Amino acid sequence: MESGDASQPFAYAVGMHGSKFFAETRDNKRFMGVKCPKCGKVYIPPRGVCGSCFVEMNDWVEVGPKGVIGTFTILRFAFIDPETGHQKPVPYGYGFIKLDGADTLLQHYIDLEDESKVKIGARVEPVFAQERKGNTRDVEYFRVID
Amino acid sequence: MAKRVAIVGTGQTFHKSHRPDVNGQELINEAVQRALIDANLKMKDISAILIGNMDHFEGINYVDCWSVDGSGGVMKPVIKITTGGTTGASLAIGGYHMVASGMFEKVLIIGWEKNSESDTTGAITTAFDPIWDRQVFAGAISGLAAEAQGYMARFGACDRDAARVSVRDRKHATNNPHAQLRKEVTLEEVLASPMLADPIHLLDVCPRTDGACAVIMANEDVAGKICSVPDWIWATAARHSYTYLGDGDWGRLTSMEKCAKEIWKKTGIKEPRKEIDVIEMYQPYSFAGLIWIEDMGIVGHGEAPQYIWDGNTDMGGELPVNPSGGVIACNPIGATGLIRCAEAAMQVMGKADARQVPDVNFAVSTGFGGCMWTDMLLHGKRKPN
Repeated sequence: MESGDASQPFAYAVGMHGSKFFAETRDNKRFMGVKCPKCGKVYIPPRGVCGSCFVEMNDWVEVGPKGVIGTFTILRFAFIDPETGHQKPVPYGYGFIKLDGADTLLQHYIDLEDESKVKIGARVEPVFAQERKGNTRDVEYFRVID
Repeated sequence: MAKRVAIVGTGQTFHKSHRPDVNGQELINEAVQRALIDANLKMKDISAILIGNMDHFEGINYVDCWSVDGSGGVMKPVIKITTGGTTGASLAIGGYHMVASGMFEKVLIIGWEKNSESDTTGAITTAFDPIWDRQVFAGAISGLAAEAQGYMARFGACDRDAARVSVRDRKHATNNPHAQLRKEVTLEEVLASPMLADPIHLLDVCPRTDGACAVIMANEDVAGKICSVPDWIWATAARHSYTYLGDGDWGRLTSMEKCAKEIWKKTGIKEPRKEIDVIEMYQPYSFAGLIWIEDMGIVGHGEAPQYIWDGNTDMGGELPVNPSGGVIACNPIGATGLIRCAEAAMQVMGKADARQVPDVNFAVSTGFGGCMWTDMLLHGKRKPN
């Protein structure tokens, strides 16, 4: 079997909380997190239940859009991207972004224009796509602004 | 009626990057036959079988059905456990529960994998959330690299410290006829090997392997009759830590910390560094050899590099880690956790040949996988109270 020619469409529900996150990013270029009423932790991606407290969450808070690099790596080995069936272009910056006001990290690409600036704690901002469709690619990548 | 449980036999295949000489069932059978010989048992003596692999690697999702010829499972109760990286360790814990329950006297536990038949990185990437995790995630190495970066930023360790771990395990592997990679490397060779994902070099990570492992557990009524020195399971623990990758506390393994605390508490171990004689850790890359012995409570946070540089985890040191060469030398994923368990058992039973640590009273084996979760077992020479 060969990769790259097959199509494997599938439906996957992101849920009410995830849907709100994507709608807000698409329409208003802002990130919405959800806060646990018990422990106060602000979750990105937003979700219906705080796993630690095991309680329902509906308290929305705007986070970011700026933040810092929580941790990161730079991917340098070639591999087949299961989403496309094609080899993923490397290198790319793989970031865990701690958006201002959030307690968990959002994974996204980090721009590698100056690799020496890509460090834990570096401040970053999102670069939004011109045409936004309500998915993770509405943000093209985060870039270091220090 | 709850029973004490012991390992009474183990078997491993020979491991290579590709085993086209056997299909999956035949590979499984190789390990099973060796475990039966080791325990001096026949298949008719086995009460139930637990089997597992990484279930979307080979493209065969019903391995429990498909492998009965090789596993010996025809007309026996066969159960599958499939938990990704931890599969082998989950199998061991599952087998322990089955025997401890008193419902099964002798259980055959099998972990296996033919990584040569899979796109490992693609398969691991698709094991994570398709919406939130898949866009940038690049399989195991990207997550581990993020952990290593977090650890270095918090505790000041460097890639040279990690390379020392890789040098250790690759040296230990030369004593293990079952290891896939049995070649010593130098610090400089590790650091000069290609960068895969900063700060992880090629020689910091595990290979892809074809292989299988089988372990036979028996209850206290029969264990001593089967085997003169059974490996008694003193305690087991399992902890999961998060849903999405970005939820992690990057730079430490909180699930390891919780498992270790539970096991030390259950068994009354006060000073694990002194009381444990050997650790077989599911350590898929060198940095984990630093981070996770800190989380296990062997040394304090930030103290692992010096502890390892001083030779304490080498053969002959205070607390040898991975006498088998560990995962960096051999990684048939669905078997890997069970190999740790089997190797720990062999150390307790005195069957570890050239890689034997002298006078092992307590050994620890672990499993690691998916949502940064940990499985852990404490093995002992003495029958637990």
